[in-house]
Amino acid sequence: MNEEEKQLHWLVRPSTIRKLWIGSSIILALTVLTQTVIYVKGYFGVDAWFGFGAVYGFVSCLLMVLVAKLLGFFLKRPENYYDESEQPVNNQNSKSALEEDNNAI
Amino acid sequence: MPYEMLSPALILLIAAALIGLVKGHARTAVILIAPLITLWAIWQVPDGVQGTVKFLSYHVEPVEGSPLRRLFATVFAIMVFVGGLYAFRIARWYELAAAYAYAAGAIGVCFAGDLITLFLYWELMALFSTIVVWCGGTPGARTAGIRYAIMHLMGGVILKVGIEGVVIGTGSIQIQAMLATDFSTWMILIGILINAAAPPVSAWLSDAYPESSATGSVFLSAFTTKTAVLALILLFPGEPVLIGLGLFMVMYGIIYALLENDVRRILAYSIVNQVGFMVVAVGIGTEMALNGATAHAFAHIVYKALLFMSAGVVIYRTGKNKCIELGGLFRTMPITATCGIIGALAISSFPLTSGFTTKSMISQAAVDSNLMWVYLGLTAASAGVFLHAGIKFPWFVFFQKDSGLRPKDAPWNMGLAMAIFAGLCILLGVFPELLYGLLPYAVDYEPYTAGKVLFYLQLLLFSGLAFFVLLPLMKRTMTISLDTDWLWRRLAFSILKIIENGFSSLNAVIERQRIRSQHFLHGIAVRYLGQPHTADSKERGIFARSWRVGSTALWIAILLSAYVLLYYL
Repeated sequence: MNEEEKQLHWLVRPSTIRKLWIGSSIILALTVLTQTVIYVKGYFGVDAWFGFGAVYGFVSCLLMVLVAKLLGFFLKRPENYYDESEQPVNNQNSKSALEEDNNAI
Repeated sequence: MPYEMLSPALILLIAAALIGLVKGHARTAVILIAPLITLWAIWQVPDGVQGTVKFLSYHVEPVEGSPLRRLFATVFAIMVFVGGLYAFRIARWYELAAAYAYAAGAIGVCFAGDLITLFLYWELMALFSTIVVWCGGTPGARTAGIRYAIMHLMGGVILKVGIEGVVIGTGSIQIQAMLATDFSTWMILIGILINAAAPPVSAWLSDAYPESSATGSVFLSAFTTKTAVLALILLFPGEPVLIGLGLFMVMYGIIYALLENDVRRILAYSIVNQVGFMVVAVGIGTEMALNGATAHAFAHIVYKALLFMSAGVVIYRTGKNKCIELGGLFRTMPITATCGIIGALAISSFPLTSGFTTKSMISQAAVDSNLMWVYLGLTAASAGVFLHAGIKFPWFVFFQKDSGLRPKDAPWNMGLAMAIFAGLCILLGVFPELLYGLLPYAVDYEPYTAGKVLFYLQLLLFSGLAFFVLLPLMKRTMTISLDTDWLWRRLAFSILKIIENGFSSLNAVIERQRIRSQHFLHGIAVRYLGQPHTADSKERGIFARSWRVGSTALWIAILLSAYVLLYYL
């Protein structure tokens, strides 16, 4: 372990993160493999398939992220999108305030 | 008047007034003790209607007890206590007073025996929740509060129209199960659904809640939507429209939360998502489903408040509320991070948390009613909840990159409040019987079977995998997402602008004509009456000249004879 790595919090060191990935991969594999031992009751046929939960979870998340990404192109706007419509009022106020100042001078 | 007819809500209303009247330790005592007295009073309310009062020609029933009503009131009272504990050191007194009056409205709705009482407390909630939004204190909170008030007052009017119709149609102001079959019942349903943040007006929730203060959003997250769920359970169990609406809300919440950058807005969208589960359950309408909706509302209030508390501490300590600006806070905020993670696991219905033991009842109800697509939709949504709230919230706030921020952890009272709710999340997850025993119907459901736990673990852990695999696609941007409120915040505003421009150009035309006619009349006046100069040689206006006396006398004679003629005609 080099010096730079030592300064990091132990949880964010690259070596820890590598171990976390390996550990979670093992857990993920185990949750699927356990289904050979434990019977998962299916209610509608499809959900009794081997590893259905895993595939369904992954695929539905994938779809949701992609749909969100796609909708994002249409729906995303800069943060001050609505402010602009409210801004001119303030601008005018500050403008007239400025003019008043000039007049005063 | 017998004291049984006094609603427990009145205790909180008095407390709200007292918070403004007393100071220092006495105020703290009021804040902490009043919810506990309310909780005690809630459990003194027996089942059934506690007497009636004659008001106009109606028999008003201010207090009616039932296990369902008591359970909702209980979780509201617990929420007020823990929220008060969380907020009392940093919130201003008027925010707390408004929050307590708001909670009083929610508890009043719980025990309302008739539609008139329900409506009164409903409006009380609308009024004081608006004040809680305004207590955010920023210009954004001011405008969002106005939009929030308009939406809820409009919802109140729609509800009132429906209530009037039903009262005239049936002659009864009783709260009883109905279906949306005619105009009046539809109006009641719509009025309630507006408070449940149902489409197409879900946007009020994610618009207003994140603008409130760090403490205000904790209170806001609990009451309005959940009283709407209670009202749906009381009035519209088994209304089929609700299934479709609920499924839409579930998906809407996930998609919008995925696009969002503001931490509390992510949580606000996930309220819509979670209320969607309850709305689906009410739509299914079986005993199991209604039990599920009730239990899930109870668990949801606890873990959602916990999530808002942990976000509130972060905002209180750092002053930042965007995912982009946060990150790596677990180093110095271990308590807040741990409690936030417990709340996130609970909302994702991880086994051993309250979400698992309550939300799975709703899925089970869908299975029992043989609704395959609803079941699959809810299951996909459970995976999506883990994605958008369960991992996204803690990951972007407490982990991801190191933002360099090293804020202090939560103050003791905030930490204690979070610890109580985190403990409750786990307690109800490990000992679900505690909650099942209080539900309106007998529970015949075993959440912890090996197969079910394994199925959910697969589902959730692989959603987690999907999150980290797809992380590059989820880069946060400094953006907001358009919603239906665009129609009135932008489109209606633009139309107004166009109309305004139309009127101002019309005005300009009229103005030009006016000036022209003014010039014209002025010209005439000058021509006939004018005396432009006094001592020059120019000829004067026709009526301003000096005429000879003779012609003047002639004109007078003509005018007088004309007058006499006209007089005799």
